[in-house]
Amino acid sequence: MSTWLKRQGFKPDITVAAFFAVVAIFFYGSILWTFYMSLTRSTLIPKYEIVGFDQYFDLFTNQRWLVSCLNMVIFGVFYMVGTLAFGTLLAVLADRRIKAESFFRTIFLYPLAVSLIITGLSWRWLLDPTTGLQALIRGIGWETFTFDWLTRPDRAIYTLVIAGIWHSAGLVMVIVLAGLRGIDNDLWKAIRMEGIPLWRAYCQVIFPGMRPVIASCVVLLMSEVIRGYDLIIAMTKGGPGISTEMPAKFAVDFYFARVNLGLASAASIMMLALSLIMLMPYFYSEFRRRS
Amino acid sequence: MSSISLRQIKKSFGALTILHSVDMEIDKGEFIVILGPSGCGKSTLLNVIAGLDACDEGQIVIEGKDVSGLEPSERGLAMVFQSYALFPAMTVRRNLSFGMEIAGTPKATVVEKVAWVAKLLQIEALLDRKPAQLSGGQRQRVAIGRALVRSSSICLFDEPLSNLDAKLRAETRVELKQLHETLGSTMIYVTHDQIEAMTMADRVAVMHKGKVEQFAHPQSIYEKPASLFVAGFVGSPAMNFIDGRLDGSGRFLTGDIAIGTDAYAFEERQPSGEIVLGIRCEDVTVVDRGAPESIPASLAFTELLGADALGWFDCLGKRLSVRLGIKAARSMRKEVGLRFDMSKASLFSRASERRL
Repeated sequence: MSTWLKRQGFKPDITVAAFFAVVAIFFYGSILWTFYMSLTRSTLIPKYEIVGFDQYFDLFTNQRWLVSCLNMVIFGVFYMVGTLAFGTLLAVLADRRIKAESFFRTIFLYPLAVSLIITGLSWRWLLDPTTGLQALIRGIGWETFTFDWLTRPDRAIYTLVIAGIWHSAGLVMVIVLAGLRGIDNDLWKAIRMEGIPLWRAYCQVIFPGMRPVIASCVVLLMSEVIRGYDLIIAMTKGGPGISTEMPAKFAVDFYFARVNLGLASAASIMMLALSLIMLMPYFYSEFRRRS
Repeated sequence: MSSISLRQIKKSFGALTILHSVDMEIDKGEFIVILGPSGCGKSTLLNVIAGLDACDEGQIVIEGKDVSGLEPSERGLAMVFQSYALFPAMTVRRNLSFGMEIAGTPKATVVEKVAWVAKLLQIEALLDRKPAQLSGGQRQRVAIGRALVRSSSICLFDEPLSNLDAKLRAETRVELKQLHETLGSTMIYVTHDQIEAMTMADRVAVMHKGKVEQFAHPQSIYEKPASLFVAGFVGSPAMNFIDGRLDGSGRFLTGDIAIGTDAYAFEERQPSGEIVLGIRCEDVTVVDRGAPESIPASLAFTELLGADALGWFDCLGKRLSVRLGIKAARSMRKEVGLRFDMSKASLFSRASERRL
């Protein structure tokens, strides 16, 4: 068999070429096509007549898009800071050689195995004032207890943050824990010899030395933020009103519900640009390290 | 008054006993090397002294004060680690000053001490760099500097040179020795490298299987090893060993050869029975075959080492090493006799493996 392959002049390049073709056509091809569409006035069916950047002007005068972008920033900041802080805290606790560590690790990692749709649904039930937490506590006897953020336009976005943190903290915990386990034991000994208090040791010695690990977490969480869609669909459907709209949902809505191919494509391209801008510091630091 | 005394230190991890019962008295300003193969418990002993591992039994007294229950930072010790253990995200300057900052040392003193140690170790030019930008030797200097600024009179070293290349290791060895003479502080240095032990130590503690086999001046460890293990571990090439027994008139018998032991200074009176004769390669002379008090041997091969040479002889069913001059090695005949200098030999009991 192998000699037959050799006789055919078989080269690994051919197998790899198929893969590259798929990537080229379906990823980069799609991106190019989307960009092309964003320069047209396409609605339900593609039109191929280029009108320039009109769609982008429309996009940035669209109230709903601006709200979406603002929401993404609010959600992104709170979700990323919260997830990093909570996940790191869990990792530190797990690294302190607690009893039944693997039990707790499994518990905290479990939400990651649950799809975002299920996560969203569960939290919607939990936070719904008439059926969830608020009703439960009022039922116990605290009649004035109020937790109705899910139904308040100014607070609903934070319920997404809570559900997001619950979902992703386990991932951060596992990655940071792996980093902590890689810390040289001599370093801990040196910390003890110097008598450095534990919190200062973590904040000033251990975590600053784990920059690549933290950066990996940030990049993973950022991608969650930018493509955030299923959680919103399951929890709030963008509401109340448009108070929890996000760019990904905006794009999907305009592609399929409002049949505005051009505007949706412009929104998609803006999301791509946003992703690249947010990843820039990461690429920059990687590049600087190499050279 | 001794600087450190260890009294009956015992330590085990689960069913595995690492330290059996270690006693040691270390004087002020001494350079002590703890030498032993990996797994002998030497690093554990150092960690116990530092307080990084708690001992199960025993007492550690440092400068008259029982520190057995104290935290590592409260024992007034400094320590240098094998992997340097520098704080990765801090500059060299901050690595040096961070410990003092934690301890609440006044700013002016911190600056002064950092400047002093940087000058002493010639790392002034590196002060604003991060550890990742330093070579192995430079990192080691910074690690030593970090230990020195702790202003303790006792410094512990855990195999500090084993990550350096051979040339740098030799240089740093000399510098450490000079540093010890300049500062006059007590140093305890753990290593598996016998050259480091022989060159730097005032006294060497040879450890084996959780026990101190011998604690003495390096030269007496080399010349009068207290046990078979010490004899085999110290010295390169290893000491030659020949199994045999002592007869009633004090002669060493092996095969059909008898060697008189009149020149040997026995530590025990009237030893007898199964023993092991140990002899260093430089205490054997090559003589003609059949000369009196000689053992027949035949040359297997010679190794030229530059300054001198080693001859390897098959003798009494063993291969023995003999140190030779270059000329003698070149013109060595095949069939010769070997004569042992019994005043410099070592005799060990087969049963107890202790020196007789």
